[in-house]
Amino acid sequence: MSELYEAIRLVAAPDVVIAIVASAIYGLVVGSMPGLSATMATALLVPVTFWLSPIAAIATIITASAMAIFSGDIPGCLLRIPGTPASAAYTDEAYAMTRKGQAEMALGAGLWFSAIGGIVGTLSLVLMAPLLAEMALSFSTYEYFWLAFLGLMCATLVARSSPIKAIASMLLGLLIACIGMENPAGTPRFTFGMTDLLGGIEPIPALVGVFAVSEVMRAMASAEPPKLPKRKFGSILANQWMLTKKYQKPMWRGNFIGIIIGVLPGAGADMAAWVSYAMSKKFSKTPELFGTGHPEGLVEAGASNNASLASGWVPALLFGIPGDTITAIAIGVLYMKGLNPGPTLFTENARSMYALYLIFIIANIIMIPLGIVMIRMASTVLRAPRASIMPVILLLCAVGAYATGNNLFSVGLVGAFGILGFVMERNGYPVAALVLGIVMGSMVETNFVTSLIKSDGDVLPFFERPVSAVLAAMTIGALLWPLGVWIWNRTGGARLQPRGAAE
Amino acid sequence: MHDLTRRGLLGAATALAAPLLAGPLAGPALAQPKWPARPVQMLCPWAAGGGTDAVLRIVAILLEKELGQPFNVVNRTGGSGVVGHAAIAAAPADGYTLGIITAEICMLHWQGLTEVTYKNYTPLGLMNNDPPGIQVNINSPYKDVKQLADAIKASTPGKFKASGTGQGGIWHLALAGWLGAMGLKADHVRWVPSNGAAPAMQDLAANGLDFTTCSVPEARAMLDAGRARSLAVMAPERLSAFPNIPTLKEAMGVDYNSGAWRGIAGPPGLPAAVVSTMDAALGKVFASQEYKDFLNARGFGMVYADAAGFGEHMAKADVSLGDAMKAAGLAKV
Repeated sequence: MSELYEAIRLVAAPDVVIAIVASAIYGLVVGSMPGLSATMATALLVPVTFWLSPIAAIATIITASAMAIFSGDIPGCLLRIPGTPASAAYTDEAYAMTRKGQAEMALGAGLWFSAIGGIVGTLSLVLMAPLLAEMALSFSTYEYFWLAFLGLMCATLVARSSPIKAIASMLLGLLIACIGMENPAGTPRFTFGMTDLLGGIEPIPALVGVFAVSEVMRAMASAEPPKLPKRKFGSILANQWMLTKKYQKPMWRGNFIGIIIGVLPGAGADMAAWVSYAMSKKFSKTPELFGTGHPEGLVEAGASNNASLASGWVPALLFGIPGDTITAIAIGVLYMKGLNPGPTLFTENARSMYALYLIFIIANIIMIPLGIVMIRMASTVLRAPRASIMPVILLLCAVGAYATGNNLFSVGLVGAFGILGFVMERNGYPVAALVLGIVMGSMVETNFVTSLIKSDGDVLPFFERPVSAVLAAMTIGALLWPLGVWIWNRTGGARLQPRGAAE
Repeated sequence: MHDLTRRGLLGAATALAAPLLAGPLAGPALAQPKWPARPVQMLCPWAAGGGTDAVLRIVAILLEKELGQPFNVVNRTGGSGVVGHAAIAAAPADGYTLGIITAEICMLHWQGLTEVTYKNYTPLGLMNNDPPGIQVNINSPYKDVKQLADAIKASTPGKFKASGTGQGGIWHLALAGWLGAMGLKADHVRWVPSNGAAPAMQDLAANGLDFTTCSVPEARAMLDAGRARSLAVMAPERLSAFPNIPTLKEAMGVDYNSGAWRGIAGPPGLPAAVVSTMDAALGKVFASQEYKDFLNARGFGMVYADAAGFGEHMAKADVSLGDAMKAAGLAKV
């Protein structure tokens, strides 16, 4: 108990409080800029942490990353430009709600369920860290392969187009993921002798291109949509309690899935959001409403991606294994400040550990008032004339793409993906499925190839390890399910509704 | 109201762009008697937030203290490090664009991925070197590196599996070099490519591998957690942060050293005044308590060489890494 008291004293220190508030505002602003990711927000903080006390340094990283992930939802919802690959899963849904005049409800849901997800994820970190870490360590490349494969199959579920077009988009994404030399063989593929392509196509420029730039192009090609009715922006939190009660089950399922996927290093918030959104649609009583501006998927996926963000710290704190790019940066800061990851952090350094937990909770609580202010300021873009918004977005996309690597090539890449996204949308191919293919592609390939190298080409280990057997059964079952329904209907059984390609 | 928001957005964008533009826009150098007379741009071929970035940033801060001008770190990433390395080599030789170069510069050209070699730089100082270690699962039957080496020698080729980084990465070459030093073929132990050291250490803990050859600091958390054991380090002497891990030479009499090193360099043909000023300043930076504390905290290997020494180091590394790559069948030229 005295340790907890000590921890409260550590967190209440003036420098820590200032660090939390300042980095919260910083994270909100950077995250809400289209094209600037949460990872970049965190990376830019590292030199600042050189001068801070250990607890203040970690506080800036935790707070800024949580805020940036949430505020990445804001441009997604208002302008259909997701801030992070994680929010790409439900961008179309949130934007549809905005067009229906429910922007405050969509943004409020993003905020409220992000905060709940963050707090539940933190509690899982506090209560079950060793248990979850054991689970993460039982995952080898065989299990990761099935998991990534399952993630890919969400493509058909999250899109509202025909499954064939969704699969085509996803396959195009997989092809793009083949570019570069970051593959198991370390051989350059599809680089056409261009040095810039050696490192492959990063998901962020692709994401910014297909969503933001193509949106700008669409705006130029079409007449200005009817103005949203002029009215006062309603209360942001008013409906959230109602949503919480109505969608309690999806919310808890989102939290649970987020925690499980979050502790698996390399899977992270992106996959959590996609899988949760797909699950939500699959198990919903009203799946036909998904994609038309229905909050249910937002509830589940929003909770899930923030829960995974917190639980992603479990392998980072216990074994120094980063769950995603943000924790990878955080681990460096932990070492630099003498808070070396490992079980001793939990025993010998318990007060610092408790202080970290407190910062997680505080960050998720102050996210609500600060988020409301941010949403109110950002929502004015809805009333601004389109002719003045679009150039600013294009400028931000270019600056953001350039800023990640100070490399003009990524600016060109954003433009190219903008054209690709525009053409695809025009022809009814969902761009979200393309992004999913790019994000998951290398994970599927790497884990498949390295598994085969380890087993000397034997496929049996994909099925005989207990966890991978379960995942394999789920994947194959989901693949065969539509076929089974088709045969059943053909052979004259009672009529069943086909339920999509993935479970 | 609208104007306000727009100005806010634009303001933020300019604020972001400002540091990026500051370098190129700073006025052209007149005939300056003293270097540095204005801020110096330091290029980093790897992403912000990583280990190389952290080393360069701390060096930049300490250089500013030493030389009285800001040293601005700019991450020029892409192409697996090729883009940034090429940018440093191609920078104007006025001393106002320098950068950090890493062991990859002695590997990429062997793979035919770039024309740029260590000869395209003016070396200024070696600031850090992380030697590879040999790590096994805590439950592994091999208690020391000699037992492991004997088991490898007695095994059929391809039976043992090791990892630590991608195919052809620095730790893959460390394995190939170690096997070569024992008189074995480079592919006697099968390399399982991984996306960096952390996933490899995780797979080691999940019993998916026999051993890893990543650096000891990269394995540190798993060692501390009691999930893995480090048997030896491929360095001439023990690491100050890990005094209990023997060197290969002590443990099995094989003298093989390698490492992922980082050093400060500039384009070829830098003015002599710049080289001598930087040489002295980097020596002072390395000797400073701040830099030592930083390296120790991160567990990074404390190795220094002055401008001339760094040049020799790179020449040697280029040959030894090239040999390892040829032995492993990774070299194209």
